Formats: sequence, C-alpha cells, structure tokens
Amino acid sequence: MNPIINEIPVSYILGLAGILFSIGVLGVLIRRNIVIIFMSVELILNSVNLVFVTFSKALSHISGETVVFFVMAIAAAEAAVGLALVIAIFRHKKSTNVDELQSMRW
Amino acid sequence: MLEIFPLVVFFPLVGFLFNALLKGRIPHRMAGAIGTLAVFIPFLITLGAFNEFRPMERTAPHLVPVFDWIVIGNFKSSFGFQIDQLSLYMTLIITGIGSLIHLYSMGYMKSNLSYNRFFAYLNLFIFCMLNLVLSDNLILTFLGWEGVGLSSYLLIGFDYDKNSAAEAGMKAFVLNRIGDVGFILGTGFLFWFGGSLQYLELQSNLSGLTQFAPYANIVALFFFIAAMGKSAQIPLYVWLPDAMAGPTPVSALIHAATMVTAGIFLIARLNFVFLLAPETSFFIACIGATTALFAATIGTLQNDIKKILAYSTVSQLGFMFLAMGSMSYVAGLFHLMTHAFFKALLFLGAGSVIHALHHEQNIKHMGGLFGKIKITSFTFLLGTFAIAGFFPFSGFFSKDLILEKTYTFGAYGSILWTMGIVAAFFTSFYMFRLVFVVFFGKNNTDPHHKIHESPWTMTFPLVVLAFGAVVVGFLQTPHFFLHIDTLERYFAPIFSKGYELASQHGSLAEHKSLVHDVELSLAAFSVAIGTVGLILAYFLYQRRQNPVLEEHTGFRKILFHKYYVDEIYDAVLVRPFLFVSKGIAFFFDTKILDRFFLNIGLSFGIIANGLRRLQSGFIGDYALYVVIGTFCILVYLLTRGV
Repeated sequence: MNPIINEIPVSYILGLAGILFSIGVLGVLIRRNIVIIFMSVELILNSVNLVFVTFSKALSHISGETVVFFVMAIAAAEAAVGLALVIAIFRHKKSTNVDELQSMRW
Repeated sequence: MLEIFPLVVFFPLVGFLFNALLKGRIPHRMAGAIGTLAVFIPFLITLGAFNEFRPMERTAPHLVPVFDWIVIGNFKSSFGFQIDQLSLYMTLIITGIGSLIHLYSMGYMKSNLSYNRFFAYLNLFIFCMLNLVLSDNLILTFLGWEGVGLSSYLLIGFDYDKNSAAEAGMKAFVLNRIGDVGFILGTGFLFWFGGSLQYLELQSNLSGLTQFAPYANIVALFFFIAAMGKSAQIPLYVWLPDAMAGPTPVSALIHAATMVTAGIFLIARLNFVFLLAPETSFFIACIGATTALFAATIGTLQNDIKKILAYSTVSQLGFMFLAMGSMSYVAGLFHLMTHAFFKALLFLGAGSVIHALHHEQNIKHMGGLFGKIKITSFTFLLGTFAIAGFFPFSGFFSKDLILEKTYTFGAYGSILWTMGIVAAFFTSFYMFRLVFVVFFGKNNTDPHHKIHESPWTMTFPLVVLAFGAVVVGFLQTPHFFLHIDTLERYFAPIFSKGYELASQHGSLAEHKSLVHDVELSLAAFSVAIGTVGLILAYFLYQRRQNPVLEEHTGFRKILFHKYYVDEIYDAVLVRPFLFVSKGIAFFFDTKILDRFFLNIGLSFGIIANGLRRLQSGFIGDYALYVVIGTFCILVYLLTRGV
C-alpha cells in the first residue's frame, strides 16, 4: 500500500467525495443528454464508493469494502440494462434528449 | 293445545312468506287456499286452547315465553305470549272472522291480477294483529301495532296504480304515526315508573307504587292518543273513510272488525293504568260520544256505500270508547265483538252488492236489489237490524249495555247518554236509508248488466256472520231479559286487580245503581229511537222516493261535505306544514347543507388540479423532486439530531 495515501487526512477524501457527488447530482439535474446523465449517476455511485472505502480504511473494518463490491456489481448491471434501454429509445426517437421523452405524463 | 299455542302466530307468518316468496309461481287457487288455511288452522288451535284454558275457572294468565329478544342492562324485552281471557277473546275474533273473510276474498278477488300479493298482505296482517293481542309486553305489542299499520297501508294502497288509493294509504300511515308518538311516550313513562314492560310485572309493580297515581292521567292520555289514531277517533279519524280505497274484504277485516279495535284492546289491557286515571277516562268518554254523534251525522248523507259503512264504523268505535271511558270495559269489549260480526257482515254484503253490480259503489245507481240477490240482501238486512240495535239482535244488547253504563256514569252521565242515543238514532236512520235505497227503492241499476248472486265462497261467510250477528248478543243480557252475565264473569279475572287498585286510590268510577224499571225503560227508549229512525228512512226514501242527491243546500251541504274537516285540516295543518317544509328544503338544504358538502368535494378537485402540474414528464423535474426530498429528509434528521 502506498504510504502517501495514509498521510492524506480523512476529511480531504470526504471533501473530494462530496464534490464528486455534487457534480454528479448537478449533472443529473441539468444535462439533457441521457448518456451524460448516466455518466453522472456513475459519478454519484463512485463518490459513495470512495466514502465507503475511506471509512473502511480509517476504521480498519472490512464491511465498507464489501459493500463497495455490491455497489459496483449493481452499477454494472444498471449500466448494462440502462444502455440497452437508451439504445432502444434512440432507435425509436432518433434522439438522446430527455426533454423530448415526455410522452408518458398524465 | 296450550303447548303448541305459538303455532297460532307461526302459521300466518308461514302463509305470508309462502305467498310472498312464490308470488308469481303458484296458481291463484293454491295461494288463496294456503292463505285461508293459515288463518283457519290457528282458529282451530285457539278453540282447543280456549277449552284447555278453562277461562271461566282460571284467574291467572298462562305465559308462553318464546325467546329473549332485547336485553340491555335492566331493560329486558322477551318475545312471549300471554294467554288469558282477553287475548283468547281477541284471538278468536281475529282468526274466526279473519278466516271467513279470507274465504270470501277467494271469491271476491278472483279476477284480480294481484291475487297472490293480496293474500300475502292479508296473512301478514293477521300475523301482526295476533302479535299485538297475544304479546305479554308492551314492546311486542308495539311491534304488532306498527305491523298492522303497515299492512293496512299496503292494503289501502293495494291498487297502487290508482292515485287516490296510494294517497289514501299515505294518509292512513301518516295519521297513525301521529298517534304512535303517544304509544312510545306512554311506554317510556311506564318503564320509568314500573321498571318493566311486561304487563304482569307492571301490574304488580305499579300497585305497590303510591306516587304513580298522580301521573296515571298523563300516561293514560298518551296511550289514548295512540288509540285515537288506530281506532279513528276525533281528531284523527279522517283516514278511515279514505281507507275505503282498499279492496272490500280489507275494509271488512282491518277497517271494521280487527285493527281499528286495537285501541279498545289497548285500554282493556292497560286497565290498571286507566282505572287510576278518572280525568282521562272522562275525556275518553267525551271524545267517544262526540265521535259517535259526529260520524253518525255525516253518515246520513253520503252516497258511496262503503263510505257510509266507514262513517258507521267510526261512529261505532266512538260507542266503544264511550264505554271504555265510563270504565265499563266489559261493555266496550262486548260491543267490539258484536260490531266485529255485524260490521264485517255489512261490509262483505256491500262487497257482494258491488260485485253483483260490476264495481258500482254509488247507491244512486242501485235499487230494487231485494230478491235478485237473495242471500246477500237477507243477510244484509239482518246486519242492519243488528247495528240499528233492534231487539233481540246482538247490537241491541251491546249498545244498550254501553248506554246503560254511560247513563249511570258520574255526574255528566246523562249528557253523554243523550249524545249516545242521538247517535243511535242517526245510525238507525242512515242504515235504513241505505237498505231502502239499495234493496227496495226504484231500480236505478245499469240495465246492460246482468245481476247475479255471488259464488258460495262469498255467500257462505255472509251466512255465518249473519248467524253470529244475530246470536252473539246472548252472551250478556240485561236484567229484564234472561239476565245472563257470562261475559262479565268471563272478564272478571282481567279487571279485578285493576278495580281493586282503583278502589284503594279512590279513583274508581261511580256507577249509580239502577232500578230494573229504569233499565227496562232505557232499553225500550233506545229501541223506540231506532224504530223512529227506521220509519223516517222508510218515509223519506221508500214512500216519497226522495232521490239520492249529488249536491245539497243549507246545513245538509255541510253534512254532505263532512263538515269540511278535510278541507280545514288541509288549510290549517297540511298547507302551512308543506310551506314550512319547502322553505326549509330550499333555504337550509340547498343554501347551507348542499353548499357545504359540495364545496368539500370541489376543494379536493382544486387541490388535485394543482398537484397535477407536478407530473410534467421531464426526467429532470423528477430528479429534482428526489433531490429536494432527500435534502428535506437530511435537514430534518440533522435538526432532530439523529
């Protein structure tokens, strides 16, 4: 394990995770391209993963890292299904702009 | 027979259910036969029970508890029957005359399309009426009381496609409800004082209660108001003449022989209350005498054969209340029975005439029927002699007993007696007017119709009832003639406790003793009065052939229009009431209530319309809601301090 990482304070890493999380949320809220939104969601998930790992290390407890594996697996599954849907929608609408996908409201 | 006595009530119920549930699926003949048997078998059972009970020897009633009905705290009401002299007497009248009228209906209603429905209603009526008279407590009596009111309503409005019939049914129903308020209030008061609703317990509880006597007048008055409605006394009598819109057997059974006498029965049953209430009793006697006279005068100028008999019923019920009010309960009950016979006979005879003339009810279009329909005319004549009080027909004995008891009753007895005797004169007059116009006078019938005697199902009851109307008077005769007092001895156990109680409280009515000569002259006078009525009717409608007029002048106009009582009620009560009701319906209902509840509904619509805008279809919006929601939860958790 690289000793430099041990010297970084926990609060720095949490700050980074917060910044990543906020960027992800903002991306989900303001971007219109569905692929970008997907990437922002991945960013959110990864920021959470980072928090888990950090605490796992700081507390010398394995459970945080275990959860990270679950999150990764679910993220992969979600990406697979989500991208398939995106492709299907794109074939149908010829567009990836979410504002144009509003035909299912009341 | 006493063990299986509840079957008496059970059979009519089964008959009702059978005819009501299989209304369209059984042939007329079968429905009629089942309906009749459902009343005739109870009659036989009652006869058996009557013998077994030995009413002349036994003094205590036989109680038959069936099941507990309502049990709340110390309030208990059971479904049970009290078999004693009074209830057996009533049951014999109801089932005996009832089965004759059922038999008659099988002939009379033959061509009616709703034949099965008619028999279902009749059996329902008998069931309720039996509950009324056999019950051992006030609650079950009230159930029967309301039940007969319902059956009466259903049967008056039997031809519901005729507006007049439907309206008459409604009128009867509403006027009876006014009386029933009295019943409920009286029941409540009795429970308050006596702590029970069972007649026997009430009787023993009240006799030990000294503070009840001052309130007895009020309680008795409440129950008399109930009786006023059911037994068509002034001022609640107006429904009975209109009730003639129902089929004729109904008029005979319900509106002459049984249900309308429920008021008399109630007073007899609650004699231990009424005997403690001398003021109310005097009031009852006054109302009875007034009703007897009032209705008898109206009867003199009516043209509808059934209306004449209806006013006659009101008048005769007045006689019964006159007896009850002068605390001579035996006389009232005696007249109840004789009246049941001769009035049922007269109604059925009138029905037979109507049947013969193809539903003609106006006596203007009748005449000269004697000899053409022999059995009907002859039995009708016997009934007329009975109701007019001719010696030795049954009406003579019962009416004379009432008049004699009234004459000796208290300070104002002679005034009441005078009213009674004048009413008796009018009774004789209008009944013989009817007889002369319908059976003897000029023939005014429609010549196109062939007049035919009714089938045996109709004439047989007439003959039996005529026989009864002639002979039942011999159960109780005055001193100068045979001196039989069967009925008085028969009813002694019912009233003895009440009389005892009343004499303790000093509220027992004073009946002056009567010298036998006076009694004889009273009877002779009333027969003479009846004869005068007969002669007057003969002179006016047979010798001078006075026509039956459709319109009159002067005082006769007032009589012909029944003193305008219906019009007065309409103007004084009905119209203002409708006016107020409509005002309430418009202002309170539409302006306040409707507005309030409609606006509640409307406000939910507005809220929903606002919320609908949140569902835009943009993914970004939904994501924003999720973020805001998460943010709110976070803020909440942080401020609460996890």
